[in-house]
Amino acid sequence: MADAPVQQNTGGKGALKQGVKKTSTRIDMTPMVDLAFLLITFFMLTTTLSKPQTMEITMPDKTVNPDDVMKVKESRTVTVVLGENDRIYFYQGVTDEEPEVGVTNYAADGIRAVLLEKKQSIGQVPNAETGKMVDGIIVIIKAQETARYKNMVDILDEMSITDIGTYAVVDITPGDLELIADADAFAAAAQAGSSQP
Amino acid sequence: MSKLHFPRKSIVLDMTAMCDVAFLLLTFFMLATQFKPDEPVVVDTPSSVSEIKLPESDVLLITINEAGAVFFGIDNQRTRAELVTAMADKYQVSLTEDEKHVFELTSAIGVPMGNLKEFLSGGLGEVRTEDLPGVPVDSTQNELRDWIDLSRRLNDQVPRVAIKGDIDVDYGRVKRVIATLQQLNINRFNLITTLEAPPEAGDSSRS
Repeated sequence: MADAPVQQNTGGKGALKQGVKKTSTRIDMTPMVDLAFLLITFFMLTTTLSKPQTMEITMPDKTVNPDDVMKVKESRTVTVVLGENDRIYFYQGVTDEEPEVGVTNYAADGIRAVLLEKKQSIGQVPNAETGKMVDGIIVIIKAQETARYKNMVDILDEMSITDIGTYAVVDITPGDLELIADADAFAAAAQAGSSQP
Repeated sequence: MSKLHFPRKSIVLDMTAMCDVAFLLLTFFMLATQFKPDEPVVVDTPSSVSEIKLPESDVLLITINEAGAVFFGIDNQRTRAELVTAMADKYQVSLTEDEKHVFELTSAIGVPMGNLKEFLSGGLGEVRTEDLPGVPVDSTQNELRDWIDLSRRLNDQVPRVAIKGDIDVDYGRVKRVIATLQQLNINRFNLITTLEAPPEAGDSSRS
């Protein structure tokens, strides 16, 4: 009996000691949380940024018989030939009719202006199936072997900037090469003529 | 005494729960993150306004470096293992298990089949990729076609074909790769680009 209060006393002392210990073991987690959130932010940002950007491109199906393809009016087509040294040759219509070949570049007032102007002048035509009015312009992109890959990406970019939905990337023909050679010769002659007097 | 103690205790927030959540999220993001895949071939990609993202997995990547060498790579390691066996059979190149294992860890192949054994036995990272000849894409010897064809058959899902070309590479080289894809009846593919701000009205800064 006499021991009991002593024990109680020590027990009480123990409880008091434990209470003191409890408060001292409580660590401040704030820096840890800070660090965790910092790392979360880092991982969140790196995940979204690491994915590369792409552009989708659809090439004409080679297995389709050319005779089955719907014919379009030649005057609606604008052929864009990507040449050497970042030059672009363009003409409306087909090669056989000796169209007027223009030369331009990739600047905003170059090919973009040309495409927008052509889009405007060709105007809209009714869709063969739905009858809805759609842009009549059809752009045919041909690239010389010596053109840079960047040129190709740029011209595809211009298609999306000028909002031209109908375009095709096709191989260059000997007729086109002749046309651009003529255009170059004409430009050279014009330059020589202007520098002479 | 107790009155003084009480308000002091109340301003100490218990951060344990918050810390738990933070670390849970951290673990999630760490596991979900796919780090930038090591780029074996250094390529300066052209910029475009397109904002389409490349799919995360099942990508068949064809890289064309500045010199015009073509590199082939597929991201699925299991497919790589089956692919190298199938290609070795087709071209009758005998590869050891070690060499096949090296292939599984190689993200881009840039040698003709004749040099594949040599390339793989040389170990990783000893050859500078700029000096590699690239996978042949000529009409007479089109190994790229077999690489693509076989990997499309071996992969569980049809992989998305992406072309990563250098700014200055001749279009003729790219055209041959595209012609190869068309031969295999792959008419939709992606061109990898870097993001460029869409042009504003009156913006003429374009090189």
